[in-house]
Amino acid sequence: MKVEQISIFIENKSGRLAEITRILGEANINIRALSLADTSDFGILRLIVNDCNAASQVLKDRGFTVNKTEVVAVEVPDRPGGLAAILQVLDKQGTNVEYMYAFVERCGGNAVIIFRFDETDTAIKVLTDSAFKVLAGDTLYSM
Amino acid sequence: MYFNEEFETLPRPALEALQLKRLQNVLERVYANVPFYRASFAAAGIKPSDVKSLADLRRLPFTTKQDMRNSYPYGLFAAPMEEIVRIHASSGTTGKPTVVGYTLKDIDTWSELMARSFVSAGAHKGDIIHNAYGYGLFTGGLGAHYGAERLGASVIPISGGNTKRQLMIMQDFGSTVLTCTPSYSLFMAEEASAEGVDFKNLKLRVGIFGAEPWSEAMRGEIEEKLNLAAIDIYGLSEIMGPGVAIECIEAKKGLHIWEDHFIPEIINPETGESLPEGERGELVITTITKQGIPLIRYRTRDITSLTYEPCICGRTHARITRMSGRSDDMLIIRGVNVFPSQIESVLVGIEGVEPHYLLVVDRVGTLDTLEVQVEVNEQLFSDEVKELQKLSRQIEKEIKDMLGVTCRAKLVEPKSIQRSEGKAKRVQDNRAL
Repeated sequence: MKVEQISIFIENKSGRLAEITRILGEANINIRALSLADTSDFGILRLIVNDCNAASQVLKDRGFTVNKTEVVAVEVPDRPGGLAAILQVLDKQGTNVEYMYAFVERCGGNAVIIFRFDETDTAIKVLTDSAFKVLAGDTLYSM
Repeated sequence: MYFNEEFETLPRPALEALQLKRLQNVLERVYANVPFYRASFAAAGIKPSDVKSLADLRRLPFTTKQDMRNSYPYGLFAAPMEEIVRIHASSGTTGKPTVVGYTLKDIDTWSELMARSFVSAGAHKGDIIHNAYGYGLFTGGLGAHYGAERLGASVIPISGGNTKRQLMIMQDFGSTVLTCTPSYSLFMAEEASAEGVDFKNLKLRVGIFGAEPWSEAMRGEIEEKLNLAAIDIYGLSEIMGPGVAIECIEAKKGLHIWEDHFIPEIINPETGESLPEGERGELVITTITKQGIPLIRYRTRDITSLTYEPCICGRTHARITRMSGRSDDMLIIRGVNVFPSQIESVLVGIEGVEPHYLLVVDRVGTLDTLEVQVEVNEQLFSDEVKELQKLSRQIEKEIKDMLGVTCRAKLVEPKSIQRSEGKAKRVQDNRAL
């Protein structure tokens, strides 16, 4: 029920994002979702791609620092209060969201949100117990 | 054990009387034969005959590496070329190398001092000395070689490199003493474990390591991995080569500098003023017996301190502490003296941090700023911003705690800090002072 995400360390200097996307493009890797966290000195680019291992390898080969993290993809009803309902359940159980971002594609009319939790397994259990739909990695990569 | 008991244990009054006699003699010689010294003494308003005590040495001007470069190649030689039997040169990291010449008597002195150094380290006649210092223009190889022969040991002139062969010869020839740089000894240990060679099965008993600064922690590591007693030796080609000073195996606490041939002083590298016993500063050496290229108050740029306390080994010669860095690497940041090596030891103490770093010094308004750039490898990297910021703060705090200087840690991409084959560039000083 977990989704693999790769994170890449980038210094705040011009051309780095262009370089990464070009390397992935040349390796025929498709970016499915992304988020960029930035500070004054550096940024962390987080990506969901169609081939996580290949993407990680080509970037490492080019000298980037890359690691893999497990995140959770959740279907969110596309209506007012849809996301709030999910966060409320998590909050009740004391589960922390480290960060989250939206997936590009929809899934059967619903939006998809990527979550990074402090306790991933607990969060998945809380969500499925509350009848929210957690998407498997394979479903997501090929969406 | 001594090689030359009479001189190594000479009571201090006799040693100092000998130093004064030799100092007066060398001053007369350089004044008569080296135009540079005639001019620099005149500029300082002093003549050799004005030096009536060892304390008068402080009135003489310094000699610097730049003075040697300006006199390239033979300008500071005090003996005619017909008497020079050997020429060595130090690798010049910038521009021309510094060139030194030895008369037959200089080679004789060097051999004796190196033989004394071997005995001080616990070596003796009958030892098989595996000399992995480089042979060539660098003084290490030939300096140790002549000393080993003078001692009457068997010397293997293997020089540096080809580590597999080094290990085979150590095993087959039964080497008992190893001479090389401390970093090369650890490289040998790595290769040995890859080759399945266990140092416990070798006959090595003593290792004499020098030509680069190393720490007490590194000594522990070498002694454990190579199963031998590791001894620190100091020397520089300008003064002679290896064997200017060495630890004794009895104490392993400070390096005895052979004072019947060299007069050491410690100065404040900023002001040039002499510092009292025990205070840290730049080591200045006057060679008092050299003929080829005697140097008066040569600034070594090495940072150490001096003690005249009696040593348990019985030698009466002063001891210098381990070198902690070089004065030309020293940064002064908001009045605090900072050596890149100190920051390095903080960084290697933080798990996962690699010893590739760059110190960027700048001045904003009237305030100096220090930025420590550290490469982020996979072990350090996290997908969470707060984890990386925690790492930056930890680096800043540990540097502040150890050195008393505030800095800003900047995480940079791997391999973005320039690598160097020789001396690594650790400092970028953007201050326009």
